[in-house]
Amino acid sequence: MSDMSTIIQLADVRKQYGNDGVTTEVLHGINLTLQQGEFSALIGPSGSGKSTLLNIIGLLEQPTSGVIRVSGRDTGTLPDEELTKLRGRSIGFVFQFHHLIPAFSALENVMMPLMLEAGRPTPLQRERAAALLTRVGLADRLSFKPAKLSGGQQQRVAIARALAANPPLILADEPTGNLDTAAADEIFKLLFEVNQESGTTFLIVTHDPRLAKRCRRVIELVDGQIVA
Amino acid sequence: MLAVKKTMRIEWLLAVRFLKEGRAQSFFMLGGVTMGVGVIVFLTSLITGLQRSIIEKTLGTQAHVVMRSPDDEARRIIKPDSTLSVSANIERRAQRLSSILQWQQIMRELEKRPEVTAVSPLVAGPSFAIRGNATKSVALMGIDQEKYTRIVPMASFMKEGEFRISANDAAVGTDLARELGVTLGDKIRLQTADGRSETITVAGIFDVGIRDLNRRWVFITLRSAQNLLDLVGGVSSIDVTVRDLFKAEVIGAQLAQQTGLTAESWMKTNAQLMVGLKSQSASSYMIQFFVIISVAFGITSVLVVSVIQKSREVGILRAMGCSRRRIRHIFLLQGGVVGLIGSLLGCGLGALLVTFFASTARNPDGTPIFPVVLEPGMFLIAAAVATVTGILAAAAPAVRAAKLDPVVAIRNV
Repeated sequence: MSDMSTIIQLADVRKQYGNDGVTTEVLHGINLTLQQGEFSALIGPSGSGKSTLLNIIGLLEQPTSGVIRVSGRDTGTLPDEELTKLRGRSIGFVFQFHHLIPAFSALENVMMPLMLEAGRPTPLQRERAAALLTRVGLADRLSFKPAKLSGGQQQRVAIARALAANPPLILADEPTGNLDTAAADEIFKLLFEVNQESGTTFLIVTHDPRLAKRCRRVIELVDGQIVA
Repeated sequence: MLAVKKTMRIEWLLAVRFLKEGRAQSFFMLGGVTMGVGVIVFLTSLITGLQRSIIEKTLGTQAHVVMRSPDDEARRIIKPDSTLSVSANIERRAQRLSSILQWQQIMRELEKRPEVTAVSPLVAGPSFAIRGNATKSVALMGIDQEKYTRIVPMASFMKEGEFRISANDAAVGTDLARELGVTLGDKIRLQTADGRSETITVAGIFDVGIRDLNRRWVFITLRSAQNLLDLVGGVSSIDVTVRDLFKAEVIGAQLAQQTGLTAESWMKTNAQLMVGLKSQSASSYMIQFFVIISVAFGITSVLVVSVIQKSREVGILRAMGCSRRRIRHIFLLQGGVVGLIGSLLGCGLGALLVTFFASTARNPDGTPIFPVVLEPGMFLIAAAVATVTGILAAAAPAVRAAKLDPVVAIRNV
């Protein structure tokens, strides 16, 4: 079924939301496989279920039915503790609104996934975080709190954070959504470079057809079904 | 401090950072705990001091345990037999003044016990004090001066003269002295119901603070009392003081079993006082309980708001590999940290209040009305209770935070 290079595999994944007796199916039987090193865009109109699909791939949401395998491992029966561990190790997130933790510096935000994995901060984590921030061009902003950084800079910190645990897969939900064109281009370039350098798999949700065109694979979602 | 921070567990790091970030909220929680603990410390030390001073005053003129011969019992002459039905009305015997058998040996045994601090023999009985036309009914207190003063510090009660009991010298209370019109050096004749009499000289006049005792107590030597009360070589009771006041009842029972005498502790003699003290303590506990509850409510409500405000951070942390359990711990820790720090501040506040209160409330002679008691044990208990309260108060918000759906939490910007 899955060889070594398959990062994630979705089989007939359905998601229904229901309240007050009315259930709406958002995803109608999604089959999707992401291979290692792929740089893919996930596009589609609003309400097509992009974010839901991303959350399900990111193990943040449970599908109503269907199977999700991460590196060949079925995630359906894992308890929260295990699921959390798997998520921390396998998946990095870059959100639309550069969700950094305001009480922590750029360096600490990047260290966060590592600290959560190890249970406490270590000098090694500090080194790695500093190296990653240098890689994204923020060597002189290590101790800055998020509020002191521009939108583009915050998103760079978020990317460095997503890379911190060296996950095989990074999910980005409109990472350039609230940036101007120049900054958006730069971020996109950075993601692409990281993909080239480390072979990290990227799945990027975007509205921007210009950016989507630059991805090697484009997955189009319409009305909860993959059409391309 | 920095070295500590570097190796701090991630839960602690997050809890402390969140508390520092929500400065106003943390301030209000801390304020609540500080005041609550302050009130508890203040109340406890005040009531402890008050009760201790009441007990000290009460026990100033009493032994902790009084040992006496068991009561004379009327004995059946006809042995009860199952084949024989006997109708008998057994009357209680009138209790004559009787000596404790082998009291010297019993005293030696009592003195050996580690929980006993002082033992004193007493020959007590009724008599009349006569001077001129005045006749007053008094209570003879035949004592061994050296031993008795270790139980009741008579020297500190003296108004005139000194507490010196010898063949002729005796001590009487201020009220008896006034009623008989005697001063130091005057003579009084003591006469008992069966006609024995002796004349004493007043060497000291005392005021023990209780009028009835000032009117009735006449201190004479053991030997004089034995002669007057026809109890030659004997004593009517043995006074005992123990190391731990509140164990008097238990120790008394043990002593009674050991010696075959009856033992009456101050707690039984002053049952009313004990009830009073206990209900005072109960009302104080009640107040403390409600203070703790309201402090806990304060912490809970602030943390509930904080969880809602921090829901985005919680969502991000969950996405980055933070388990529900860890999220729960982060918020429990916040409650615990607030409880601990608040209790330390509260202990300081309480100590300050008590010291201030004690310095303003003074008797006319300048001594404090309330001998305030600040015990390290009380601080430890207050700190422990506040910390546990903080953690318990954080339970509901912590569970709520752990239950947050990361997707919803992240989406709500």
